[in-house]
Amino acid sequence: MTDHLDAPHQLLLQMLRDFVETEVRPKAKAVDEEERFPEETVRQMARYGLMGIPFPKEYGGAGGDNLAYTLAVEELSKACGTTGVILSAHTSLCAAPIYEHGTEAQKQKHLVPLAKGEKLGAFALTEPAAGTDAAGQQTTAERRGDTYVLNGSKIFITNAGYADTYIVMAMTDKAKGTRGISAFIVEKGTPGFRIGKKEEKMGIRGSATCELIFEEAAIPAENLLGKEGGGFGVAMKTLDGGRIGIAAQALGIAQGAIDATVAYVKERKQFGKPLSAFQNTQFQLADMQVRTDAARLLVYRAARRKDARLPYSVEAAAAKLFASETAMEVTTKAVQLHGGYGYTREYPVERMMRDAKITEIYEGTSEVQRMVVSAAMLR
Amino acid sequence: MKIVVCVKQVPDTTEVRIDPATGTLIRDGVPSIINPDDRAALETALVLKDTTGATVAVLSMGPPQAEAVLREALAMGADEAILVSDRRFGGSDTWATSLTLASALRRLQADLVLCGRQAIDGDTAQVGPQVAEHLGLPLVSYVGSLRPEGDRHLIVKRMFEDGHHVLRVQMPCLLTILKDMNTPRYMSAPGIFEAFQRPITTWTLDDLDVDPSQIGLKGSPTRVKKSYTKGTKSAGKVYEVDPREGARIIVENLREKFII
Amino acid sequence: MDISSYKGVMVFAEQRAGVIQKVAFELLGIGRDIADRLEEPLVAVLMGSGLSPDCIQALIAEGADEVVVVDHPRLDLYRTGPCAQALTQVIGAVKPGIVLLGATAIGRELAPIVSARMRTGLTADCTSLEIEDGSRNLLMTRPAFGGNIMATIICPEHRPQMATVRPGVMRRKVSDPARPGAVRTLEIDLDGSEGPVEVLEVVSEKAALKNIEDATVLVAGGRGLGGFENFRRLEELAETFGGMVAASRAAVDEGWVAQDRQVGQTGKTVRPDLYLACGISGMIQHIAGMEESEFIVAVNTRADAPIFEYADLGIVTDANRLVPALIEELKAVKASR
Repeated sequence: MTDHLDAPHQLLLQMLRDFVETEVRPKAKAVDEEERFPEETVRQMARYGLMGIPFPKEYGGAGGDNLAYTLAVEELSKACGTTGVILSAHTSLCAAPIYEHGTEAQKQKHLVPLAKGEKLGAFALTEPAAGTDAAGQQTTAERRGDTYVLNGSKIFITNAGYADTYIVMAMTDKAKGTRGISAFIVEKGTPGFRIGKKEEKMGIRGSATCELIFEEAAIPAENLLGKEGGGFGVAMKTLDGGRIGIAAQALGIAQGAIDATVAYVKERKQFGKPLSAFQNTQFQLADMQVRTDAARLLVYRAARRKDARLPYSVEAAAAKLFASETAMEVTTKAVQLHGGYGYTREYPVERMMRDAKITEIYEGTSEVQRMVVSAAMLR
Repeated sequence: MKIVVCVKQVPDTTEVRIDPATGTLIRDGVPSIINPDDRAALETALVLKDTTGATVAVLSMGPPQAEAVLREALAMGADEAILVSDRRFGGSDTWATSLTLASALRRLQADLVLCGRQAIDGDTAQVGPQVAEHLGLPLVSYVGSLRPEGDRHLIVKRMFEDGHHVLRVQMPCLLTILKDMNTPRYMSAPGIFEAFQRPITTWTLDDLDVDPSQIGLKGSPTRVKKSYTKGTKSAGKVYEVDPREGARIIVENLREKFII
Repeated sequence: MDISSYKGVMVFAEQRAGVIQKVAFELLGIGRDIADRLEEPLVAVLMGSGLSPDCIQALIAEGADEVVVVDHPRLDLYRTGPCAQALTQVIGAVKPGIVLLGATAIGRELAPIVSARMRTGLTADCTSLEIEDGSRNLLMTRPAFGGNIMATIICPEHRPQMATVRPGVMRRKVSDPARPGAVRTLEIDLDGSEGPVEVLEVVSEKAALKNIEDATVLVAGGRGLGGFENFRRLEELAETFGGMVAASRAAVDEGWVAQDRQVGQTGKTVRPDLYLACGISGMIQHIAGMEESEFIVAVNTRADAPIFEYADLGIVTDANRLVPALIEELKAVKASR
């Protein structure tokens, strides 16, 4: 499945696999059980240029592309879904919108340290009353002189607390609905901005998911990202890109579960022969792999369209829909093929199954993806 | 300081299996890698680059595909890559290989030449010392650590089975590096994309000042007369016994095998 | 090159701090066989400073017809340059047809320098040496490709034919103190100056090249041992064998032993002559790192442990109780010699 990649991407894959086996896989179990944010892994990822893969060198990036970034999220997620989503949220949801919508000064100030991995990024759209219905934003941003003053709260924010730079959506004009939403770059340490409750989650437990609270948080007016009132567009475009990242995460989780299962069924014996000798095992594995390969083609297609500057919104939705549901199905089967051991925490597949579930929910539920795909069909 | 690191592309021998039916090596699908000791040598050079601003060139001899390991070295941070490749070098034993590499190194004029102690496909540990001999360079093999002293010297730890020597070596010199000396860095993502934008210099026999009668198969003093696989083992015996009896059985078997 | 003027078998009798290394006697063992087959003399080369007559006598007792002694203050300890210079001069003076060195951290450095200087072939790490009928060439057989294949190498047109031989492979001859032999002292020219390589410090330590990949015997422990104390007992067993302790991932994860001892997919790949697996179930990841070992012994309480499929000898019993029993047995064997 990697033969179609060109030489630089093949070499990147080789690097990623080395990196994951040594730096990520050995920690995945503890990251999950201790709900520990893998800070040292993120530092290592920064050292090796993984925090800014698709951005040009002049902005501190690796000079790669979205396909390369997709491969990185996929490979990390094969071993650890938490590490995968940290990279995805950082790159797609924070660095990318600054790269795509930021002014040159904003890029120099905010994108460069993000792409170099000196800073970690996060993105804040969801609110208690505004999930899928993003237009129901309650957080406000009021222009006062050279500042915007933010009030309100955001929930379920990935990388919260550990991130230095946050892209925050807030209403600058409530009367205008979605056209009243603006995007802001908010830095950690801004007075009036603090991290609230940390969620206790089913999966991706090492990933920090918290509430953001803004109480008269004044940020410089120059931190407005895009135009005033243009925030909804920024958010939607950002989520299009983010879906490629989550689709890659789901893909990695699925493949990781398959790889673990293949190793297990060769080793585990029942009725005097390895599980791999039973036709049920063989057929299940074939279905799991073929479905995952199909997901991979969808994910890479979306990434390649983005690289080619072609519209990719529908393709990203399709990729995320199929890859996340594939991850759920494949990890469930992986647990089943492991039998009783699969349900124990001795083996990684139960963690993968828990991690897989979120990919059907965040950055647009499967239902939202179906809306995007069908809307394009029925236009 | 100019450092040249000699690297060899080798099959990952840990992935090589014997076909039980034919008794031959299964080489299909065996990945090619930078020889592990050579990778440690490269890391040693890159650390010197980080700390002293040395430049690092990598030199490999092999078929055109060996370019892959040079790209990898560039992606890890090497500045320059040279591939010595010519059909006329084919069949070289360590003597002819070291003579060829020595002629390439003469062109490169390094202050420090680093080689891995040995390659995992041949395991001979001969090429590094023989290159040093051809170039008339001071040699230290089995190097376990090193640090620069001033501009012209290195303090190196030369490992033995039962101890080590601490040596002061004057550059230019050639060292062979042990894999355990360090943990090589990964390639970096920016390094990977940059590696493909950089040229790899290829030298053929015509680019080197070396006697054609001394290289390749005809320049090699040794010949492979035959090679064979050891054959696969049959399943061993298993005894369910008490610990004392188990110990006795083990000793008896080891004596038969002359292991003790 | 007139190869017919090179006669005899020369063995490099490696000594460290005045102690002749075991491999030198092993070389005399195989060297004696080859010399007899060729009907040519067996010469041992002993280099050092202030060498004792006992050393020389020991070499004769185990098969040398002649001992060439090079005694020089610059050879007081192993220095690459002077040693290579001395050995080259000895070979030039004696003109042997065959030169054998131990495949040690010294022999594996000295041999390639000398072979390059003499423009002759060298075969490393041989496990078998024979004389070919007819040609009377030395057939040098060695493992290659990570031990997956054996290759037989010849050096037909250059002399001497040089080889290094893996320690522990060849059999020593029974020592005969009454064996007659000649002693020849050779004066050689050595550069007196320090030269480009200066020895600052000499440190001896037990098992300095502490690398499980180089060990000929590995005693490996896994989770089945149940605890740190039990794991530590493997040290004594390994020592009795002159080997090292290795471990499965599980034992490393438990913190019983450092990660550099881990065998397997995420650890090291080893090929010792003996791999003794104690309380290791044999997960495929572990097997991948040790299955090429020459002789595998597995001890585990579970008869269905996968490790037994890869073992040449399997003992279904409690490894924690077997280990002390085995130490005792081994000590008894040693004492009986």
